[in-house]
Amino acid sequence: MTPLNAVLDNLDQFFKAFGYTLFLFLVCAVASMALGALLVAMRVGPIGVLRKVAAVYVSLVRNTPLVLIFIFFHFAAPIIGINFKWVQIYVGSFDFTSAFATAFIALSLYTSCFVCEALRSGVNAVSIGQAEAARAIGLPFSGVMTQVVLPQALRASVPPLASALIAMLKNTSVAGIFFLAEATATMRGLSNDFSSQRLGIFLCFAIGYIVLVEIVSMISLSFERRWRIA
Amino acid sequence: MTVTDDAAVSSGATRSNDPLVELVDVQKWYGDLHVLQDINLTVQRGEVVVVIGPSGSGKSTLCRTINRLETIDKGLIQVDGAPLPQEGKALAAHRADVGMVFQSFNLFAHKTILENVTLGPIKVRKKSKAEAEALAKELLDRVGVGHQAAKYPAQLSGGQQQRVAIARALAMEPKVMLFDEPTSALDPEMIKEVLDVMVDLAERGMTMIVVTHEMGFARTAANRVVFMADGRMVETADPETFFTNPESDRAKDFLGKILKH
Repeated sequence: MTPLNAVLDNLDQFFKAFGYTLFLFLVCAVASMALGALLVAMRVGPIGVLRKVAAVYVSLVRNTPLVLIFIFFHFAAPIIGINFKWVQIYVGSFDFTSAFATAFIALSLYTSCFVCEALRSGVNAVSIGQAEAARAIGLPFSGVMTQVVLPQALRASVPPLASALIAMLKNTSVAGIFFLAEATATMRGLSNDFSSQRLGIFLCFAIGYIVLVEIVSMISLSFERRWRIA
Repeated sequence: MTVTDDAAVSSGATRSNDPLVELVDVQKWYGDLHVLQDINLTVQRGEVVVVIGPSGSGKSTLCRTINRLETIDKGLIQVDGAPLPQEGKALAAHRADVGMVFQSFNLFAHKTILENVTLGPIKVRKKSKAEAEALAKELLDRVGVGHQAAKYPAQLSGGQQQRVAIARALAMEPKVMLFDEPTSALDPEMIKEVLDVMVDLAERGMTMIVVTHEMGFARTAANRVVFMADGRMVETADPETFFTNPESDRAKDFLGKILKH
C-alpha cells in the first residue's frame, strides 16, 4: 500500500469531484463576469439611482462572508419561496440539482462584486478623453461603454480580474459544505474512509487545485500579452 | 466627398447671413470662477473662426460647450437653428453632426486606425461595413495616412494620430468642425502636416471653430479671429486687422508676448 492508493483506487471519484469544481467554476465565471459588467456600467453610468443601487449591492454582498450567502440560499431563501428544487439536470454521471444551482447562484452573486470592482479599476485607468471622443462622434452611453470604455477597461483589469476568478475557483470549495460532491467534499469523504492516508489524499487534492489555478493564471497571462500593443 | 467644386462658392460668397452656430449670452461658472461671461458669437456656414487667448481664458471651454462636453449655466447655444439637446439620444445625434478634434488626439487605443474611422459611420450612421471602410480609406488617403490603416494608434506619430482624428471626425460628415488646440501636443515638425490638412479643409468650405496658438494658421485660413481673456470675448476682427492693429490693451499685451520671438 502506497500512501496514494486511496486516490489511485478511486480515480474516477477524484476526477468527477474536480469535474464538479471545474464546471461550477466555468458557469460562475461566465455569470459573474456578465453581472459584474452590468454592475460596473451602472456604477459609472449617468443615472444616479442605478449608481446607488449598484454601489449598495456591491458593498452589501461583498461585505458578507460567502458561507453566510450559501446559508441564506439554502436555509433562509426557501422560507420566502426561493428554492432551486426544480433544477434537475443529469448529464452522464453528473447530477446538476439544487445543491449545484444554489452554489451557482451564491458564488456568482458574490463574485460579481469583485468582478465589478476589478473592472471599475480598469474603467478608471481609461482616460476621460477616450469616453469624450466616443461621445463626440455621437455614440450613446451604451455605445460609449460597449465600444470604447469596457473593452479597454477589460484589458487594463486582466490581472485583478484573474485574481477575482482564482479566488472564486477556490471558493467553490464552500459548496462542498453544502451538499455538492465537488473536490473538497470528496477529499473529506476519502480521508474519513482511508484515515491512514490523509497526507497523500490531501496532497493529491491540493495539487488538483494548484493545476486548475495555474491554468487560469496562464490564460490570464496570455490575454495580457495579446493585448499589450493597445 | 467631392466638395472641391462647391467649395469655392461656399467659402467666398454666402457668408453674409446663414448662421450655423449661435451662442447667445452664454454664462458658465466653475464654483465661484466665472469661466464664460456674456459670450455672444455667431458663426456663419462656411466660416472659419479662430479663437485665441492666454491659458485659462475659457477658449477651450467655449469650444467644448458647442457639443455639450461642457454644460452651460445660462444662455442659449444653437446649431443649425436647433438648440442643443440636454441629454440622451437627441444629444448623441447632435454630437454626430458636430466634429471634434482634441488636443490629445484621443484615438481609440484598442482599435486600428481604420476601425477608429469606421466606428462612428457604422454604429451611429448605420452604414454598412463596406461603405464605411470605403469612406474611411478615402479620408485617410486625403489626410495622408492611408497606408497606416491596419496599425494601432500607439504605433503612429502624434502628427499622424491627429490627422487620423480629423479623418475620424470627417467620417461623420459633420456640419461644423471644432478644433480644441489641435497642434498644442505636437512636436514642431509635425505641426505643419496637421495645419496643412486643416487649411485644406477650410478651403473646401468646412465651417470650423479652431482654438489655437498658431498665428500662421489664423492668418492663412481664418475669416475671423476671436480674442478671449478672463472668460470674455474681448475682441473680434478679421485676422489682418487683429494682428496688425489690435484694439484692446489685453490683445496688444498678448500679441506682444507671443510675437516677440
